[in-house]
Amino acid sequence: MSALVLRGVHKSFGTNEVLRGMDLSLEEHEVVCLIGASGSGKSTLLRCVNLLEPIDAGRIMLHDEEITRRGVDLNAVRRRIGIVFQAFNLFPHMTVLRNVTLAPRNALKLSREEAEARALRLLERFGLADKRDDYPDRLSGGQQQRVAIVRALAMQPQLMLLDEVTSALDPELIAEVLEVIRELAEGGMTMLIATHEMSFARDIANRVCFLHEGRILEEGPPQELFSSPKEPRTRQFLERIIEAGRL
Amino acid sequence: MASEGNRRADLEVEARRSRVLGGLRLEAEGARGVAIALLSTVVFVTAVVVAVTQSPGWPEVHRVFFDWHDISSSFPEIARAFVLNVKVFLACEVFILAFALLIAVLRSLPGPVFFPLRALAIIYADLARGVPTILVIALLGFGAPALQLQGVPTSRVFWAGVGLVLIYSGYVAEVYRAGIESVHPSQEAAARSLGLSRVQALRWVILPQAIRRVIPPLLNDFIGLQKDTALVGTLGVVEAFNQSQIDANATFTFGSYLAAAALFVAITIPLARFTDWLVARDRRRRQTAGVLG
Repeated sequence: MSALVLRGVHKSFGTNEVLRGMDLSLEEHEVVCLIGASGSGKSTLLRCVNLLEPIDAGRIMLHDEEITRRGVDLNAVRRRIGIVFQAFNLFPHMTVLRNVTLAPRNALKLSREEAEARALRLLERFGLADKRDDYPDRLSGGQQQRVAIVRALAMQPQLMLLDEVTSALDPELIAEVLEVIRELAEGGMTMLIATHEMSFARDIANRVCFLHEGRILEEGPPQELFSSPKEPRTRQFLERIIEAGRL
Repeated sequence: MASEGNRRADLEVEARRSRVLGGLRLEAEGARGVAIALLSTVVFVTAVVVAVTQSPGWPEVHRVFFDWHDISSSFPEIARAFVLNVKVFLACEVFILAFALLIAVLRSLPGPVFFPLRALAIIYADLARGVPTILVIALLGFGAPALQLQGVPTSRVFWAGVGLVLIYSGYVAEVYRAGIESVHPSQEAAARSLGLSRVQALRWVILPQAIRRVIPPLLNDFIGLQKDTALVGTLGVVEAFNQSQIDANATFTFGSYLAAAALFVAITIPLARFTDWLVARDRRRRQTAGVLG
C-alpha cells in the first residue's frame, strides 16, 4: 500500500497552469525529494497534497483513501499530514510550547497535560527544551524552523511535507535543520521534500524527482539522477546548480 | 536573505518604538536638547499668554469663562452628573467590542456561500458611519419609547446607549477588520495545515494577533465614545454637559463648561496613556524570555 499517490493532478492559478498532470507515488518510510527551478510547481504540489489548494483535476490518495473526493473532512486529512513552510509561519503571539500544543489540544482534543508531555518530549529530542517559554521572535531562524518541524510532528502525522525549509535561513543555520530532517528520515518518517539543497537530497532521498513545467520530467535514485541524468533539461538544470556551487 | 529580513524587522521595531515612546522625542538628544525644548516652550507659552491677555475682549472673557468661583461651585453637581456619562461609556464599550467583532468576522468570511452575510455587514458599516450620531440618538431616544411596545425599555438613556453602540460598532468593526486583514495569510495556512478548523484558526491564531495590533486605534475610538456620551444630554437627560448648560444658564457665565471639560479630559487622558502602556507591555512580553508569558 502506497503512503501517497497522485494521479494526473492539475492546478492552475488563473491562466497560469502550474501542475500539468502530476503523477507520483510514495511508499511508506520513503523519502522523496522534489527538485526543479523556481516556478516548476514544487510548492504548489505540496500545498495541494495538504489540501491548502484545491486541485482542478486528478486524484490524490493517502493510504489508499482518496482525499480529493467531494465532501472529505479537510481538517481530518490535514491532521494526518504535516507541512513545514519556507517562512516557518510560527504563531508570533504564542510561546514555543503553546505553538506546539495548540493543534494537539484543539484538533486532537488532547488534555493540556498530554499535549504538553508530547510537546516536551519532541522539544527535548531536538534540543529545544530550554526554549519552551520563549516567543518565536527571540529565536534564530534555525531554531524557529526546528520548532515549526516539532509543531508539525506533535500531530503525529503519517506523512511530512517540507517546502524548501532551509531557503530562508542564513547558511550557518542550515545544517541544524537538515540534521533534524535526517533524523526523521532515519526514524522512518515518510517525507516529500521540495528542496534546493542538492547535496542534501543526494544524501537523504530514496528517490529524486525533477519537476519541469508542472510535470515530473525525470525521477530515480539520487546517485543515478545526479550523475547520469537522461533528460537534457535535467542535465541543464544540474549544470546550472553546479555552476552556482550548490552541488 | 534571512538576516536582511531581520534587519528590516529590527528597523521597523525601532521606528515603532520611537513613535510610541518618543512622543516628545527628547530622550535621544540629551541635556542640551532638553534645555532648548524648555526655552522654546517658555517663549511660546509666554507669547500666547501675552497675546490673549492683552486682547481687547479679555477682561470680559476672563469674567465669563475663568471665574474660579463659578468653576468650583458648579463642579460638584457636574461631577455627579458625569457619573452617568461614565456609566453609559462603560456599558456601551462592552457591547461595542462584542458586536463590532461579530460584524468584522462576518465581513471577513470567505467564499460565495457567505455573500449575504458579508453584504449585510458592509451595508451596516456604511450606514452606521454615514448617519450623524446625534440623529440616531434623537431617532431612537424619542422614537423607540414612543412605540410603547410591551417589554421594550422606555428609558431615554437606554436608547441613547443603543444609538451609540450601533454607531460606534460601525467604526470599531472597520478597525477590527483592518486588524484581521493585516495578519498574513500564511498564518491561517499554518493553522489550517495543522488540522485546525476555520473557527479555531480564527479564535486562536488570527484574532489574537489582529486585536493586539488594533488596540491603539480601538482605544482611540473609545476616547471618542467617551466624549460622545455628552450627546445623551440632547434627549433632555441630565449628564455632565447638560448640567453644565443648566449652570451656565443660571449664572450667565461659562465656567461650568470648563468644569465639564476638565472631567472629560480626566478620563480621556488616562485612557490614552493606558493605550501606550498596553502597546509597550505587549512588545516587552514578546521580546523578553518567557518569564512573563
